[in-house]
Amino acid sequence: MKRLFEFVGEVALFGFRVIVDAFRPPIEFGQIWSQIYDVGSRSLPLVAASGLALGVVMTLHTHNTLVAFGAGARIPEVQSVAFFVEIGPLVAALLVAGRVGAGIGAVIANMRATEQIDAVEALSIDSFKFLVVPRVVACVLVLPLLTTFMDFSGLLGGYFSEYAVSHMSVRLYVTRAFTNLDWANFVPPTLKTAVFGFIIGTVSSFFGYTTNEGAEGVGRAATNSVVLASLLVILADIILVRCIFLVFPESAI
Amino acid sequence: MSDERRAAIALEHVSKFFGTRQVLRDVSLEVERGEAVCILGRSGTGKSVTLKLMISLLKPDTGHVWIGDEDIAQLNAEGLSRVRRKMGFLFQSAALFDSLTLHGNLALPLHRLTHKSKAEIEETIERVLGEVGLAGDKNKMPVELSGGMKKRAGLARAMVLDPEILLIDEPSSGLDAITAEEIDDLLLRQKILQKTTMVIVTHDVRGARRVGDRFAVLDQGNLIGPCRPAELEHHESEIVRKLVAEH
Repeated sequence: MKRLFEFVGEVALFGFRVIVDAFRPPIEFGQIWSQIYDVGSRSLPLVAASGLALGVVMTLHTHNTLVAFGAGARIPEVQSVAFFVEIGPLVAALLVAGRVGAGIGAVIANMRATEQIDAVEALSIDSFKFLVVPRVVACVLVLPLLTTFMDFSGLLGGYFSEYAVSHMSVRLYVTRAFTNLDWANFVPPTLKTAVFGFIIGTVSSFFGYTTNEGAEGVGRAATNSVVLASLLVILADIILVRCIFLVFPESAI
Repeated sequence: MSDERRAAIALEHVSKFFGTRQVLRDVSLEVERGEAVCILGRSGTGKSVTLKLMISLLKPDTGHVWIGDEDIAQLNAEGLSRVRRKMGFLFQSAALFDSLTLHGNLALPLHRLTHKSKAEIEETIERVLGEVGLAGDKNKMPVELSGGMKKRAGLARAMVLDPEILLIDEPSSGLDAITAEEIDDLLLRQKILQKTTMVIVTHDVRGARRVGDRFAVLDQGNLIGPCRPAELEHHESEIVRKLVAEH
């Protein structure tokens, strides 16, 4: 139990140091941009494809039920609300935790194991600011964008599925999808993924940066990063959803 | 500490523990400016730890590590960064940044730590890579380099800022005799032409004899010496005589 509290404290202090160093000059713009490109390009195909597939599957599952209740016309609305409010943010975050979190953990752990982090320090460069902060900032900035891609990919997949059954026009689908969708259904859930990004970046960097087990630690850092980041994202989602309901009561479905 | 401190590097009564295991026991050593001191010893006796203490990648549990007039274990991040700029470090594994080309590995410190123009940076990289015989390989990734090339590339990165002090960890480990000799030649040239202070951790006594001015031996965390090369064979310590005799 004591070890657990120590671990939680270490991760929290690590996260706090990320926040402080992110605003402490010099800002590593070059590194941040490079990481944004890296995180974004690595995740975009996966997020877009998953969104498309989920959109198709979700419409397949809900179509018959909604039609049976005489609510066939609301299929686009159900699809858009489900994706914008919850499926998009959460699934995008879990995909990034798996794809990028493992990568960050493994890359930094490998740098630790092969003395590259020591080499950065020996060159008078702050390795934490140079390696950790840009990765966390990139995750924070990129995840809301990836979530938006996920949302619209899901809608597109939903449209394909609906078109196959009812030949609904794009115009009608889009109109019905967005008629009852409020900004409060889009902005807060999308922005909450910045918190997910912070969790993913911080947790995976923590496991990579603090490993001292050589090559064996690289694999362990990657695995631990994915497991803990995914778990914390889900836990944070519960808390953030409650917070969003408090601040934006109209966003409650 | 007083302003009269003359040595480029000084370890004063340094001890270092990892958990309950004591790696260094009350080690004291002075390295004069422009001097090359070689630290010999069996594996696991704390040679690399000593080197990392000198650049504050590790902190001593007791004692002081002086670089010139500054106790680096007591410096804040800014002060440490300032002192490290005077130093170059060749890691045993070379520790090249594997996401950057050889050119990128050398350009990184130049871009970040100097005010050189782009043309000056390119000129410096060309010159240093030429000195280590890698001028034609600047666009290669570290994974494309052989062991000897990596060592030379690591040395190039350590030398690219023209450091006053070079800390070299096992310059010839894992290399054939010819490549090891080439590395020794590079170090010798750096010492003679640039008057660079060097601390070299090595198993290679023959190479150490070529480059080193004095020798120290680490045995079970205790430092023996330093002594002059001629004193090695007849040293009072049996471990020193054995180490020399093995080569």
